[in-house]
Amino acid sequence: MLQPIHQPTPHSRTRELESRMIPTEQYLVLSAALFVIGAAGVLIRRNAIFMLMSIELMLNAVNLAFVAFARNWGDLAGQAFVLFVMTVAAAEVAVGLALMVVLFRVKNTLDTDHTDLLRW
Amino acid sequence: MDNSIAWIPVLPLIGFAVNILFGVRLKAASAWIAVAAMAGAFALSVGAFSAVVGGEGPITTKLFSWMVAGRLSVDMGFLVDECSAIMLMVVTFVGSLIHVYSIGYMHGDPRYSRFFAYLNLFAAMMLILVLGDNYLVMFMGWEGVGLCSYLLIGFWFEKPFEGATTREAARKAFVVNRIGDFGFLIAILLVWTTVGTLNFQAVMSQSEAMTGVATAVTLLLLLGATGKSAQIPLFVWLPDAMAGPTPVSALIHAATMVTAGVYMIARNAFLFDIAPISASAVVWIGAGTAFFAATIGLIQNDIKKVLAYSTISQLGYMFIAVGAGAYAFGLFHLVTHAFFKALLFLGAGAVIHALHDEQDITKMGGLRKKLPVVYWTFVIGAAALSGIPFTAGFFSKDGILAMTFASGNYGPWALGVLGAGMTAFYTWRLVFLTFHGEPRSEMAKSGDLHVPGLVMTIPLMILAAGSILTGYVELPFHMSTWFSHLIGESAPLRTGLEHPSASVETILMAISIAMVATGVVLAWKKYGAPSSEAIEATVSKQPAGISKVLWDKWYVDEVYNAAVVRPVVWSAQKCWRIFDDWVIHNGLVVFGGGLLWKSVGFFLSFWQTGKTGSYAFALVVGTAFLVWLVL
Repeated sequence: MLQPIHQPTPHSRTRELESRMIPTEQYLVLSAALFVIGAAGVLIRRNAIFMLMSIELMLNAVNLAFVAFARNWGDLAGQAFVLFVMTVAAAEVAVGLALMVVLFRVKNTLDTDHTDLLRW
Repeated sequence: MDNSIAWIPVLPLIGFAVNILFGVRLKAASAWIAVAAMAGAFALSVGAFSAVVGGEGPITTKLFSWMVAGRLSVDMGFLVDECSAIMLMVVTFVGSLIHVYSIGYMHGDPRYSRFFAYLNLFAAMMLILVLGDNYLVMFMGWEGVGLCSYLLIGFWFEKPFEGATTREAARKAFVVNRIGDFGFLIAILLVWTTVGTLNFQAVMSQSEAMTGVATAVTLLLLLGATGKSAQIPLFVWLPDAMAGPTPVSALIHAATMVTAGVYMIARNAFLFDIAPISASAVVWIGAGTAFFAATIGLIQNDIKKVLAYSTISQLGYMFIAVGAGAYAFGLFHLVTHAFFKALLFLGAGAVIHALHDEQDITKMGGLRKKLPVVYWTFVIGAAALSGIPFTAGFFSKDGILAMTFASGNYGPWALGVLGAGMTAFYTWRLVFLTFHGEPRSEMAKSGDLHVPGLVMTIPLMILAAGSILTGYVELPFHMSTWFSHLIGESAPLRTGLEHPSASVETILMAISIAMVATGVVLAWKKYGAPSSEAIEATVSKQPAGISKVLWDKWYVDEVYNAAVVRPVVWSAQKCWRIFDDWVIHNGLVVFGGGLLWKSVGFFLSFWQTGKTGSYAFALVVGTAFLVWLVL
């Protein structure tokens, strides 16, 4: 299904290394599994901290997919994207955790079922 | 020369601007500014008049292009021909005198300078009406004088008037005039769609093209004229207009503004000449009004009311003349009437002023000795109004009746002659009740009268002279035809209309003199000679029978109230209640619209659970859906 577009190399060593490398498909399966676990966590868990962590998990699943593809196509753009995603994720955590602190101060709980002030 | 006529309306307009802006500071000086503006306009009018009469022909001037839109192009242009020159003289001369008189009459009024501002604005608008060289400029002046009339009728807006306030009278005048103005406006539009221009001279040169619509246009113009000139069916506002200060009644509601309808018909003589139906409508409306208003005047007890009905009646005579095609005689009566009716109103104003605002003639009497100047000038005015021989009113009214007879309108002629008899009766009844006999009230008995000063009596004397002398510009039996020749230049006699022969004219004159004499003698019998007890019994008697009908003015106001005012008010109220309250407010628009969006919002609000989980779920499902779409 995936067609690696490596430059054909004459060295047998390189070909040998390639044959021993973990195939891209396996990374993608792992990435998908992590993503689904993260999404399920966001949907199922009620605790805001857990939801935040699950989102992190989803982001990292995407990161894994990015680098896997980057290696597969020999294109560094994927890795560059990952760096950006990590930066944004860090900022997001900072803001998210700050929100958690304030939320806990106000509601004395982090259960998202109780944070429904904006409802009609 | 050309631009000097533009200053004629501009001078009073400047007077208005100064008085309305700085009047409070100017105080008494504001009156002199107003008088100076009018005197200047008069001086310029004399120049324009003598130029036109001197045979220079019509003077035109174009100030600027007023509006250009597509095919429509209207200039702010003025035209002085023989008709408008005569009107200019009347308006500025009588207007100046009334301005001077107002200095005395309005003395001490809290809104003194405002009064002169309005008078100046009125004069400016009236002069624009007279001078306009096209229908739209004339219409602007027409509306402007209507506005000033409204402002001045309601000038003492806090004062009660006949069970209501002067504001109601002002509003009535305004609304009734609007009905007429509607007709005028439609006529203007019809003229424009037919010939594509609004300039009088241009329309006149294309009058053949107007043949098809001439009847419609002239009937609509007639509707406008009946509104402004207080003819049947729109005369009801003029008696109520007496709520205004008396100089206003003299200037606007007797001498100038109300004659605008006559002037407008004379201006459109070329149209009325090719629309015989409209012309006879004018004659019959005039004759009906002349007769009808005279009957009401027979019995009224308010000095200004009597004069108001006589004004309506006299305007009827002018309508007869212009309808019969004798435009010169209509304008002749307009000129003489301006003098003697202004004189009578100002005299009545002097009496009212002297008696501290008493207007009921049953409470007057015996003022002959106390107000001699007012008495003698009033008698001259009354003589002219009733058509006593050798006064101006005699010549002009007899001219009208003779020309009406010559044009074959025998019915209107008979009504006019009967009206003349009644005019004589009520005019002299007014004189006898006001000035003769014994005083019939405390105020009239007491010596505490406001005797009018020179500023009021000099205009009276000048107008009294005018009430006799203006008649000699046109004399019967072809002794003088100066006036009809002059007017004939711009509004000639209708084709086929001839002066009656001398023998016919003699007989007609004898009939009308006999009618007038009968009226005067009857008035003298009833109100002049008898003792004051007998008069007191006569005037205090409750009217019954036909006089009750006349006393209640033929119930015209009541009929209009029932037939027009109340249905309109009723339907307006129903429209408000049904359409506005129910349909707009409670029904479709406000309530229905609100309900629709409220219920939509209510159902949509279920999406807003406020639970983070459900949002996250929607997010995931939505993303999955998008991914499925893309793949």
